[in-house]
Amino acid sequence: MHYSNRRTLVVAASLAAILTVAGCHKKHPAPPPPPAPPPAAPAPTATITANPESINPGEESVLTWNTTGASNVSIVGLGTVASSGTQSVRPTQTTSYHLVAQGDGGSADATATVTVSAAAPTPPPSEGNIDENTFEQNVKPIFFDYDSYDVRPDAQSTIQADASFLNQHPNLKVVIGGYCDDRGSTEYNLALGENRANAAKQALTSAGVSPDRLRTVSYGKEKQFCTEENEACWQQNRRAQFTLDQ
Amino acid sequence: MIVSLTRKPVFLCIVLLSGFVAAAVPGARAQDWVRTGTNLGVAKIRIAAADFKPATTDPQTAGLKIAFDQTLYNDLRYAGIFDVVSKSMIPNMTPGSPQEFNAAQWSAEPSNASMVAFGNLGVSGGRVNVQGYLFDTHSTTNPQVLGKQYGDVATVNAAREIAHRFADEIIQTLGGIPGIAETKIYFVSNRTGSKEIWVMDYDGMNERQLTHLGTISLSPRVSPDNSKVAFSSLGRNGWSIRMYSLDLNRMVAFPAWGDTTLSPAWSSDGNHLAFSSARGGDPDIYVSDASGQGARRITAFRGPDVSPVWNPKTNGQIAWVSGRTHLPQIYIMDADGSNVTRMTDGGYATSPSWSPNGQFLTFAWNRSYGPGAPGGEDIYIMDIASKRWTQLTHDAGMNDFPSWAPDGRHIVFQRQQNGHTEIWMMLADGTDQQQLTHGGGSNTQPDWSWK
Repeated sequence: MHYSNRRTLVVAASLAAILTVAGCHKKHPAPPPPPAPPPAAPAPTATITANPESINPGEESVLTWNTTGASNVSIVGLGTVASSGTQSVRPTQTTSYHLVAQGDGGSADATATVTVSAAAPTPPPSEGNIDENTFEQNVKPIFFDYDSYDVRPDAQSTIQADASFLNQHPNLKVVIGGYCDDRGSTEYNLALGENRANAAKQALTSAGVSPDRLRTVSYGKEKQFCTEENEACWQQNRRAQFTLDQ
Repeated sequence: MIVSLTRKPVFLCIVLLSGFVAAAVPGARAQDWVRTGTNLGVAKIRIAAADFKPATTDPQTAGLKIAFDQTLYNDLRYAGIFDVVSKSMIPNMTPGSPQEFNAAQWSAEPSNASMVAFGNLGVSGGRVNVQGYLFDTHSTTNPQVLGKQYGDVATVNAAREIAHRFADEIIQTLGGIPGIAETKIYFVSNRTGSKEIWVMDYDGMNERQLTHLGTISLSPRVSPDNSKVAFSSLGRNGWSIRMYSLDLNRMVAFPAWGDTTLSPAWSSDGNHLAFSSARGGDPDIYVSDASGQGARRITAFRGPDVSPVWNPKTNGQIAWVSGRTHLPQIYIMDADGSNVTRMTDGGYATSPSWSPNGQFLTFAWNRSYGPGAPGGEDIYIMDIASKRWTQLTHDAGMNDFPSWAPDGRHIVFQRQQNGHTEIWMMLADGTDQQQLTHGGGSNTQPDWSWK
């Protein structure tokens, strides 16, 4: 308790230092534009919409986004994109498209969600026939900030959905893999990956999943989901991934 | 046409990134404390290595002699205490015995040698025999400094091994402390498709694969008596410390903790291991006896704690990496976990190695690390008592995992450049950088043997 306060302070102080000193290349997805941007560059803005917001499986939705004051714009899962544009997507399940705009004046982000209706609501599968695919469609990974193992606010809804599925299938056991992007040192990243996996485990436990069902493994930077050297890719790699423990 | 192979100029580019760096001492003086503390402060002795004389006409003699001559020459050149006469400057002669040695020809220009190593090598009956001498060209009354005889089965590796032994005799005699020509470097290579533990001679020759586990094995650390290699390996239950016996040439039992147990480190008396484990839910530093029993936790901070290393002089302190204040920093503490002191003042600092005399740490540091920062990662050396530091590598890839040689004069490290990682060594003042591995996957995490 005493400690987490201190850590929050330290994180806040580091963030403030980064914002002022480094001109902010921090990809910080959750918070709104920084309250006091440096005077030199205007803070970026970002908006994204999906039309329609609700589709049936197999149908198409069009994402439209617009940013200002950003030199680097990406959509998590789609990679680097133009500062403004449209793109059609065909998600097979409800998906949030997270737009991140970074510029000299800071960063901004926005999210559009395409809800995919269950075409013919299938009965919840029984545990005996839950395969890896079904599991991964229902128990989604969560993503972390750079050099951080704190579960972000935007990961809480994922954790709740993951926990809900796991609580409906109480006999499933889960391996939580902690992953890091490929920057930094091998040994340190293995320890950091363990912290990420353990943070995800604690979040699931808080959401009612028995810790006896959860096992953590750190992969550090030893296994990568994405191998390009850019922030969209690094973000994909900074995650806790859930797989069936078989 | 003639290029001196030693005495490269030393550049110390201390980049002033922010206020706290201003405490760093200016380059030239910084170099003095490094050179003194790493046994590199003495004047270099001008030494020549003659090509050895073939002693027999056995068809194997010529090949083994080439290997021997090259190895001896490189050992003296890498030693860090010699100004070695280049092969193009030595007299065109091969004295095979003291009777055939004429000191004046070697002490004269251009070779100008104070010391000369020479002798003969011959193969007969499947064995190689070597007689090696070291003569002082300035002594008329008692010029012979060393006279040695060696014999072994006639293989190229044996010829190289004999050259290493003879070089270490010369280095010990003229340099005052044992040489490193017979030492080994343990490392990780993925050239077979998975990361396995490998070993090579200190000069990069004679590479051998030790483990065949087919998973990911990392962080090899050889025991002080050269009998075992501890390392961490990914198994079904996560990362455990595993043990390879160099006496038995196979894996031997060691308690498998799982729970992301990483980065073992031997105390210099071989009696204890320090390592990182998340057994308690968070990665912390533990100390156990050499068999993995009696483990106790000695750190209790939230966040990553990893990469411990003992003060080999006293075994009373441990340096390690902690992320308790966000980006990783180097800390030291007593071996019971008390007296925690932070050593680095910012940036991203990892992979400490403690100098054999207990005076210095070497580690990887990216002083400008942060989101969006393009920074490189370089090898640094720090005087523990004063916390003053200097940078050893500059503008050459991403450098990590420095490991000190037992002579205190050398450091081996990994360098990632142009998309792949290789193992390099250098003198502990940053000069004479030599690439040891060449391709074949990525070669990482070198660990220099204790003797």
